[in-house]
Formats: sequence, structure tokens, C-alpha cells
Amino acid sequence: MTAPTTNGVAHLIDGTTGASLELKGISKTFGKNQVLHGVDLSVRTGHTVCIIGPSGSGKSTLLRCVNRLEEPTSGTILLGGEDVTRANPDLLRRRVGMVFQHFNLFPHRTVIDNIVLPLRDVRKLPVAEARELAMRSLDDVGLAHKRDFRPSSLSGGQQQRVAIARALAMKPEIMLFDEATSALDPELVKDVLDLMSGLAQAGMTMLVVTHEMGFARQAADHVVFMDRGRLVEQGKPDELFDNPTSPRLAGFLSKVL
Amino acid sequence: METIQNLISTFLNPQYLVVALPDILKYGLWNTLFIAIIATAIGIVIGLVLAALGVSNSRVLRWLAGIYTDIFRGLPAALTILAIGGGFAPIVNPITHGNPYPLGIMALALIGGAYIGEIFRAGILAIDKGQLEACRALGMSYNAAMWKVVIPQGIRSVLPSLVNQFIAIVKDSSLVYFLGFATAQRELFRVGEDASVTYANLSPLFTAGVFYLIITVPLTHLVNVIDRRLRHGRAVSDATTLDEDLVAEVPLPARAAVGRE
Repeated sequence: MTAPTTNGVAHLIDGTTGASLELKGISKTFGKNQVLHGVDLSVRTGHTVCIIGPSGSGKSTLLRCVNRLEEPTSGTILLGGEDVTRANPDLLRRRVGMVFQHFNLFPHRTVIDNIVLPLRDVRKLPVAEARELAMRSLDDVGLAHKRDFRPSSLSGGQQQRVAIARALAMKPEIMLFDEATSALDPELVKDVLDLMSGLAQAGMTMLVVTHEMGFARQAADHVVFMDRGRLVEQGKPDELFDNPTSPRLAGFLSKVL
Repeated sequence: METIQNLISTFLNPQYLVVALPDILKYGLWNTLFIAIIATAIGIVIGLVLAALGVSNSRVLRWLAGIYTDIFRGLPAALTILAIGGGFAPIVNPITHGNPYPLGIMALALIGGAYIGEIFRAGILAIDKGQLEACRALGMSYNAAMWKVVIPQGIRSVLPSLVNQFIAIVKDSSLVYFLGFATAQRELFRVGEDASVTYANLSPLFTAGVFYLIITVPLTHLVNVIDRRLRHGRAVSDATTLDEDLVAEVPLPARAAVGRE
């Protein structure tokens, strides 16, 4: 078995226009439990921002507010400068790709059909064009040879790469990663992180919730530390990791590094 | 000894065991299958709609589906069949020309639909909510996500229950005899029953019973096979699994080395 040829990830974002993201005063309350307290965050076009912090700090909820899988209780979401807080969520989500911790591939469809389905349903592409685009996306993540397999016969790392290919095929303006490697066996993490780094380098606009501090340090343009629903500290990765100013970040880093 | 002989002559009298056979093979078997298959098909459509309503976000829609299910699951099948077959006959007669078949099938479908709806609903609720979320995150509408991703998976897992429901409908189809079918429209039970009355012996009913078992027993075993397959996962049939383990992870061209802590 020879390694499949890949065209490299730069190709993946062909035809994609990035958009900046700005979150202003995002709050979220579940019942009586307030999990986000007026969070401000911005991602410049082509930049990668990593959100780190202890579990339960509201990182994932904040990410899910961006494409309104959770509706923020208050606050404003600006995508490419446009207020999308009250816009049609389906139209917003077309512009925002998301990768989940548990991949969420469709188990009843083959790998390629996982990508073709949303291309057909959402972007209304004709079959031939959708299949061609899906094949190109799969090729770009090095999994073209798996196109006719069911997701369950792929390793976790391969499944997550398919999920990334599926999101990218939609030509999103920004990509959200919600602990994309947390469910993977340690030896499978690297391939996914490599793919994400490649995307970041290729100029994809990305907002990444991660526990991988090495990735945050290396791939992020900007790192944000959240704790108890608040944005505690932010800055360039080196500054943040080497000279944390808040005791909470220092405490967190001493535990995870 | 005499009792046993009496029982044998009542139920297993060779002379009467075969009298209904020509009619069973000519009408009964096919009519039973026809009624049950059409009723199940319509029941599946009703069940899909009920399940879609039952898992919707609207409380009113869930409530409507619940009421329907409570009524048709709660009433005896005989009552429903008689009520619908009798009650709607005057309304549909211009179309059906007095043929009670469509109403009998419809009644079975309405009852079956209530059960099938619950089967589908449970199947859909068992699907990981990440599936719906992934669809929504890709920009698919709630309806598209349900019909293209969630429901197709739900249906797979409920196949065994669905076959069981078909078996129940096969058996319930015996009740449509209330509606008084013409000779050629009689299903298994009615054919057996008519012969039993004519010859004053229950052996023809025994024969009809054997034919029910011929339909239902293989299906119950089919359920077990499907069940086992679903539980242990199906072999990948649509792609060659050659060297699946060896292929494992194909490394990507690393554009940047990422160190892990």
C-alpha cells in the first residue's frame, strides 16, 4: 500500500474567503446557571485564535454561541463586520465550519457521502460537482482511498480528518474547532493537529478550543484564557505561556504543562 | 383415551384438515399477506409522521401525536376495525363500491401506525444528538437534518421491532372478517372459520393456524438475525477491507511539526 498523494492543505481553502469574527459582551445562561459573563473576543481574518482554560470554564459554550448552536442570552456576534446575532441561523452556519470532539460523521453513509450530502442539501450543487469537490477535499486530507468506507471502519484520527474535510468543502469563512483531538487516542492526535496547523498556516480563519498547549503555542496568532465564564487573560502565545500575569492562568499552566 | 380421540377428531381430523386447503391456497394466504403488507406500508407512513411530530419542538404537535397514539394503542383492535369499517362505509362507498377491503386495511394501518410511530420515536431519540448538531452546524435545516440523517439511522435500529409489528398486523388482519368479505376476499382466518362452520369441525381452523405460523415463525427468526447483525455491526460490504489494519493511519505531509507537551 503506497501512501496516497495529497495536494497539501493550502489547496483546501481555495475559493474560500475568510471573515473576521467579533464577539461583544456574549453572555449565556442555562436556567439559573450563568456560564458566560459578557465575553469579548475577536479573530482577525486569516488568524488563528486558541481558547484555553479548565473544563467547565465556558470555552465550548462560547464557541457554540458563534454559530448559534447555543443562542447567546445577550451580546453581539459580528461576522465579517456584519451583525449576525439575529440573522437566519442556517445562513450564518453556511459561513461557519465546525469540527466537534466526537466527529459526528454520519455512520449510515460512506465517507464521501458524508461530504456530498451537505454540499447537495445546503449548497445545492449537482451530484457530479458535489462528488468532485468531495473527492478533492478527501484527497487534501489524505483519505481519498477511504471514500467508499463507512466512518466506523476508520480510526478516530481518520474520522476527524473526514469531519474537517466535510466542513472545509462547504467553503466556510471561519472554522470552529471544539476540542477536536480530545476524543482521540494519543498516537492519533498528531495527524489531526498537523492538519489544523497546515490550515492555520494556509490562512484559514480559525477559532480553536483546545487542551493541546503545544498546538496553541505553535499555531495560534493569539491565545485566550477563560475561567468561570470570563475571559481572564489574552495575548500572543509566547507572552501568555511564558509570562502569565494572572494567578489563575499561572495556576492553570502549572497544572497542564 | 376417549378424550384424546375426541380432541384429535375435533382438531386433527385428516378428512377436515384438508377441506379448506384449496381455498386457503387460492384466497386466504394471499389475502392475509396482501392486507398485512399494505396495512404495514401505510402504517409506516403514518408512523413516520407521528414520530416526526412526536420529536418536534412544538408542544402542540407532540401533544397531537400523543393523543393519536393513546387512542389507537388503547382501543381493542376489534373495536377500531368494526368502528372504522362500519362507520366510514357510507362515506367511502361511492369510491369503493361497497368493497370493505380498503376500510379494513385502513383500520389496521391506523392501529399499526400508532405502534410504529412509537417504535420510530424511540429509534430517533436513541440517535446521538451530535448527529442533528453536525447537520445544523453544516447549515442544514431541522427538517433536512431529520429526514436525511437522523430518521434514516433511527429506522435501521428499529428494523427488528418493525418486523415484530408486521407479525402483529398479520395476526390482527384476521379481525377484518367482521367486515364481511366476499368469497374471494376472505383471508386465512375467515376461510378456516367458514370451513369449520360448514363441516362442524375445528380441523380447518387448525390448518389456517399452520399457515399463520408459516408466515410468522420465519419472520421471528429473521428478527433475531437482524438483531444480531445490528448488535455486532455489519461487515463492510461496500468496500474492500483489504489490509484495513495495515493501512491504519496514513501520515499527512506535515507542514509544521507540532510538539505535544
